[in-house]
This record gives sequence, structure tokens and C-alpha cells, in this order.
Amino acid sequence: MDTKAHVDGVPKIRLRGLSKAFGDKKVLDGVDLDIRAGHGMVILGGSGSGKSVTIKCILGLIQPDAGTIEIDGRDVLAMGRREREELNDRIGMLFQNGALFDSLPVWENVCFKLLAQKRITRGAARDKAAEVLAQVGLAASVGDLSPAELSGGMQKRVGLARAIAAQPDIIFFDEPTTGLDPIMGAVIDGLIVDVVKRLGATAVSITHDMASARRIGDDAAMIHRGKIVWTGAAAALGNTGNPLVDQFARGEREGPIQMELRR
Amino acid sequence: MLNPVAAIGRAVLSACREVGALVLFALEALSHLLRPPFYARQFLRHLAEIAYFSLPVVALTAIFTGMVLALQSYTGFVRFNAEGAVANVVVLSITRELGPVIASLMVAGRIGASFAAEIGTMRVTDQIDALTTLSTNPMKYLVTPRLLAGVIALPFLVAVADILGVMGGWLIGTTKLGFNSAGYLKATLDFLEVIDVVSGLVKAAVFGFVITLMGCWCGYYSKGGAQGVGAATTMAVVSSSILILALDYVLTEMFFAQ
Repeated sequence: MDTKAHVDGVPKIRLRGLSKAFGDKKVLDGVDLDIRAGHGMVILGGSGSGKSVTIKCILGLIQPDAGTIEIDGRDVLAMGRREREELNDRIGMLFQNGALFDSLPVWENVCFKLLAQKRITRGAARDKAAEVLAQVGLAASVGDLSPAELSGGMQKRVGLARAIAAQPDIIFFDEPTTGLDPIMGAVIDGLIVDVVKRLGATAVSITHDMASARRIGDDAAMIHRGKIVWTGAAAALGNTGNPLVDQFARGEREGPIQMELRR
Repeated sequence: MLNPVAAIGRAVLSACREVGALVLFALEALSHLLRPPFYARQFLRHLAEIAYFSLPVVALTAIFTGMVLALQSYTGFVRFNAEGAVANVVVLSITRELGPVIASLMVAGRIGASFAAEIGTMRVTDQIDALTTLSTNPMKYLVTPRLLAGVIALPFLVAVADILGVMGGWLIGTTKLGFNSAGYLKATLDFLEVIDVVSGLVKAAVFGFVITLMGCWCGYYSKGGAQGVGAATTMAVVSSSILILALDYVLTEMFFAQ
């Protein structure tokens, strides 16, 4: 089966033979994946299938045991510290729980990267934060609150604002709708689609929310037992002809995934 | 069958691994002292947290320690008609030992626990990973400013503790034990040497480093949610308290061994 998205030219992100084990547990077992520039890729898979580890390997948070990661044709794993930091400047990340810094007000969270790199003064950062918060549908006054004062949906929006504030060209989304009600989930998905389109960025999301996957993804890939078992159009989810993917997308109890669990 | 020698060997190797990892952690944090960017706001925030907000607890313990010391030493010395040495014993004990050790133990309970809990919570809620994705080195941002603040703040706190501890002794000496105020202070100043104060301040800087290092180390590698953060907090306070007492002996040997 074809496990690589068909990409013309150099893909934005190319994974080859990516493997990672924690002790005896092999989490990634030779992941091959191409992600097109300017498109949204959704990586699907059950809990513990290796989705988060794949993203963390790309982000440099986890060192893989084997394999290669290329971004714009450059081998990320061979990069020095400075090169890696420069690459991170072009990357944004929305964490599952927001991962906002409790000790800082919202406006400092939003402009954290710009402030840390002294690309902006603190005075200008307040205005910039208000501008970016408006892009995710939040009032400027939210900037003065602390993260603990925000609801789950607002925290996701602030996390999204922080991810896009430095105008990255690759944005990662880790379970962007987890813990939100369906309406707020749809709102967050809409914001993600809007900001990704506005920035012309490449978006990589991991989720097990099928409705969200169809809304934010152009392409989709399914990871199962540490391997990519299918890639294709996100719109085809549920009717792919791949029993693993279709069972997962339809949320059916009976099928190859459950049968494997019973064995 | 369990081989006790193998078990001991594994424990020793594990301890060596931990110590090695801790030393590398400290060296990496220190290496960021000289490399920009510098997070001055973080440093000032932690300096205020340690030096200013620990003042009340350090001041109170120092005053009461000086008071108790005067009372106890008087009770002992009066049996040998040596009560005139109370002021000398108080100032030596406070500046050389009790000032640095008690102030540091108080700060270990307050700041070591706070650092471990804050950094540990950041670890288990992905905030440390978020720093990396925001092009910020977590060691440089979280650990280095805290270490520097600890090394600077503790000598200040110990200097305050020294003064207040001596004043506590003077208070009891003059109001309860019948010493002449000017005589007590003269005995204190005449007996005090520069090395007594300097050794206490050097100890304080070392203890400040140990407290902040253990708080950061335990928090940085905590895992397992709330329970893991709780365990990291306990470990930070216990390990830094033991290290303070052990290093106190080593430093005393260095300064005063005949």
C-alpha cells in the first residue's frame, strides 16, 4: 500500500524510516511520510499509536533512534544548535492543553517569541498581542488576564495566537479540539483554517476527532502500531477502502483494530 | 536468587549516574551565564522572590535563634562562672554556623519547594516543550537566572540573619540576663573577626546554589502529573537540606580546620 502522499517536487516535510523506542516499547517503527507545502496534513491514530512522538521528533523535542527528517530538503537531525533555533523561528505549535505560561499575562504569552528574541519592545508587544488576539476572536482586554482566568476554549485561542504571532510557515496542532464542546471545537477549527490560509503556512495536526480532521485537513495519514498505514485525501476519511482507517474514522467497535486488541 | 553484591553494584552505578547527570545539568546551566540572550527580568523576579519575600521568615528564625542561644549558653556558662562569654559564643555561633545554616534551611523549604513545584508543573503541562518550540532554551530561561539569584540572594539574607541573630542575643542578654548593653556589644565586636563573617557568607552562596540547583533539577525531571510534582517538591527540600548540612561540615573544615 502507498504510505506516502504524492508530492510534486520537494515536500515541506519528509520523514523516512523514523523509529523511536522507549525501553522495550517500540513507538515508531519506520515512519515514512511526505507533507505538502501550504497544505494541511492530519495525522490520525489511536491513543499510543505514535502520533505525538512523531510530531515531537519533528519539533526536536525527542531524538529519534533512526531515520531522517527533512524540512525544505534540509536534514533537520544533522543541524547544529543555531541552525535548529533558526528553524524553530519558522515553526509554531499549538499544544493540546494550550501550555500557556502561568507566570505571564496573556499578552506576554502571545508575544513570547518576539520578546524573547528582542524583535519587539514590550510596549509594541502589547499592541501586537491585541492585533493577534483579534485574529482569533478575542478582545484586547483579554491580554491583561492571566492564563488561569481563561476558559478552555479561550486558552486554545490564546495558544493559537501565540503559535501564529511570529508568522511561522509551519504550524503544528496537537489535538486542537480535545476537551472542547462541539461548537467551540468547530470555532477553533474555523480559526485554524483561516489563520493557516492567511499565513500560507503548512499545517500538521494530530487528532482523533474525525469532524475536526475533515475540517482542517487537506491530506490525512493514519499511523497504527508505529507505522503509517494509509495516506490520502482527508475528505475521503470513512470511505478509503482501508479497513483500519475506515473503522477508525467511523468509530466502529468491530473491525481489525479491535480484533487485534482481543488477540 | 538475589545476589546482594550485584544489588549493591547496581545501586552504586545508579547513584553515580544521578550525580553525573546532576553535575552536567549544573554545568550546562552555568555555561549559559556567559552566553546571550540574558533574561534579566527572570533574574530580577527570582532575586525578589528569594531575597525580599524570604526576609520575614529568615528574620524571625534568626532573632529567635539568637535569643535561645543567649539563654542556653548563659545557663551552661553560669555553672563555671563564665557567663561573660555569652556574647562571644552568640556572635561566633550565629555568624559561622547558625546564620547560614538556619537561613538556608528556611529558604530551602520556601524556595526549593517553590522552584521544584513551578518547574515541575511546567514540565507536566508541556510548558517546557513550549519554550523550546518558541526558540527559547529552557535551561537558559528557567534554570540559569534562578541559580544566579540564589547565589546572590542567600549571602544578603545571611547578613541580615547575622545582624538580627546577634541582636536577639543582645535583647535577651540585656533585658533578662542582666548584661550591660554597651558591654555586651563591645564584647561582641571585639571577639568578631572578618573570617567569621566571610566564611558564613561564602557558605550562604554555596547553599544558595545548592537550594536553587536541587529545586530546578527535581522540577525539571519530574513526571507523572500531580503526584510526580509532589514527589519532586519533597525531594528538592529533603536533598537540599541534607546537602546543606553535609556541605556545612566540609566548608567549616576548609575555613577553620587547624
